[in-house]
Amino acid sequence: MRMTKLAAVLSTLALFSSQTALADITVGVSLSSTGPGASLGIPEKNVFAMLPTKIAGENVKYIVLDDATDPSAASKNARKLVSEDKVDVLVGSATTPASVAIAEVAFESKTPQVAISPVNVAPEKSAWVFRTPQNNTLMAGALVEHMKASGVKSLGFIGFSDVYGEDWLNAITPLLASAGIKLGAVERYARNDTSVSGQVLKLVSSRPDAILVVGSGSPAALPQTGLVERGFKGQIYQTHAAVNQAFLSVAGKAAEGVIMPVGPVVVAKQIADSHPSKKLGIDFVHKYEEKYGAGSFVSFAGHAYDAYLLIEAAVPVALKKAKAGTPEFRKALRDALESNKEVVATHGVYNMTPTDHFGLDQRGRVLIRVEGGAYKLLAK
Amino acid sequence: MDLDIALILTQDGITTGAVYALLAIALVLVFAVTRVIFIPQGEYVAYGALTMAMLQQGKVPGTLWLLVAMGAFAALLDGIRVMRGGARSGLAASLGWTVAYPLALAALLYAMPATQSIIVQAALTLAILVPLGPLMYRLAYQPVAEGSVLVLLIVSVAIHVSMVGLGLLFFGAEGSRTPAFSDAQFSVGALAISGQQVWVVVASAALIVGLWLFFDRSLYGKALRATAINRNGARLMGFSPVFAGKLTFVLAAFIGVLSGILIAPLTTIYYDTGFLIGLKGFVAAIIGGLASYPIAAAGALLVGVLESFSSFWASAYKEVFVFTLIIPVLVWRSLTSHHIEEDE
Repeated sequence: MRMTKLAAVLSTLALFSSQTALADITVGVSLSSTGPGASLGIPEKNVFAMLPTKIAGENVKYIVLDDATDPSAASKNARKLVSEDKVDVLVGSATTPASVAIAEVAFESKTPQVAISPVNVAPEKSAWVFRTPQNNTLMAGALVEHMKASGVKSLGFIGFSDVYGEDWLNAITPLLASAGIKLGAVERYARNDTSVSGQVLKLVSSRPDAILVVGSGSPAALPQTGLVERGFKGQIYQTHAAVNQAFLSVAGKAAEGVIMPVGPVVVAKQIADSHPSKKLGIDFVHKYEEKYGAGSFVSFAGHAYDAYLLIEAAVPVALKKAKAGTPEFRKALRDALESNKEVVATHGVYNMTPTDHFGLDQRGRVLIRVEGGAYKLLAK
Repeated sequence: MDLDIALILTQDGITTGAVYALLAIALVLVFAVTRVIFIPQGEYVAYGALTMAMLQQGKVPGTLWLLVAMGAFAALLDGIRVMRGGARSGLAASLGWTVAYPLALAALLYAMPATQSIIVQAALTLAILVPLGPLMYRLAYQPVAEGSVLVLLIVSVAIHVSMVGLGLLFFGAEGSRTPAFSDAQFSVGALAISGQQVWVVVASAALIVGLWLFFDRSLYGKALRATAINRNGARLMGFSPVFAGKLTFVLAAFIGVLSGILIAPLTTIYYDTGFLIGLKGFVAAIIGGLASYPIAAAGALLVGVLESFSSFWASAYKEVFVFTLIIPVLVWRSLTSHHIEEDE
């Protein structure tokens, strides 16, 4: 008897709370703030604590959940956000596998999703999915151009044994083939491996001109130090996920000279004044570091902020068509996100089209080199 | 693949194998004495390495507060026991360990200037983390010490999950690497042996010999062995199983933390690295049937070498090789050994 009473009270409460929320715009966020993806998810979560609470005069509510880098938890989060909180847009997740799980829910519930990882989903399901990070092909293109220009003829590859490593391999293989660069040994390692000596030996003994390491943050430092310890003298390339302070402090001297493709915000102070992202980037980095401490900014925080900027640009358009909290609004928001043009963000400028839901172009990437323990923009 | 590469891989395998051997021995020890399958063993490795790294950065590690909190909680339990009419004897000594020691250590860490001496940093790391072992036994295992192996295993899983969570809180998501104990380099033919690798192997060997002496020669070691063979018998001879449990956990924590300090300069350690290292130590312990120290140590070397060779041949399937090893081992063990029912 008491239980039924309790249930009645609770469901009435739930009804009321969902009704009050109806007028506001609700952003449902699921991030990997614990688990293996925590180094990406924590800075992204930080961003949602410093966002404005009004867009185009409407109140915005952010519901931030943790998916522990677990696709099934991400899926559960997304379902909860969609069915209980009736969110207008889903944001997340930090890692690719979790983002794929959310994309499934986004497609089923017809809710737009802004992913903070470069996720690839089946074409028929990708209508509702938008991404803020550069797609790997764009970044790989920058690296292959540099390899070609500096006369690299063969490349060794060591990458994470997960979707990120696989995506990079798939992205760079055709580019290498058309540039006439031979892809030699392809090795894998895991994020928390304690040794990569075997892989490093195999790479070094196949004598490539250059080696590409595909890893993120401090785990990307292990092959880096291993290669340098084994006396590899060629150029080492890393990817944009490796760019943070932890990578530099763990790799130390071994990181000197490594070349990486990144979004312009990482070196916001060094890029040309004419770059549209310069001012915005500097401002955002300043605001972020003011709140979370000097040197705390990482590019992932930029991706999360870009997700907000995309939504901010789309909301006024969608509001003209429908009221927040309705299926019509979600559809309108999706359409508005797809027609986002020239949205200036920290990682470049977005131009979404029905066929391109990544939206970043050449302005969304620069090459940097590690010199003297800091990231330096590589002159073109 | 030529001989040089095989030698380098073997060398690498022995270094990692030496750490797995220490963990395997600790796992066998804990299981033999307390019937606990000690999943959080690996967490001590990660805590050891990361606490050391934080001390080197001149920060006060969060693990110190864990020690203070766990000590306070244990003191509270003791206090409740006395209030309910329990014996007062030993209360002062127990309060000394649970309250005074952690606070004194905290005061010392705050008062002391940041030190560059690696020996001092290692000693502080041990001083902070090793007492966590017996405190953990007191808080989590002692109340259910008479439970079945399954209950103890579930408690272990719970502790493992909470320690990983706390690790993320204390150390953050990014990994750390500490400077090597010595920069010495020896080259033997094509092999370049770093001073740190020598440290790892020598320290592991020394610890194994030390443990052997402890169990073979000292009264406490013999008492632990007696408890492992027959708990009730040892109790009748006047050796408290609670004390045996605490002593075992001191040893297990010491071995784990020391392993962490030893491998921190060789690789990057993350807050959640411990589980995988512990699991590989566990594979080795299984090879030893959770009973034999020498076979477990040999099994650990096998795991280390297998891991290193498989990372050369087929890096994408490295873990598959290591963990598949457990299947033939289990088949072989179940065919050769007769099953002993656990006395409940």
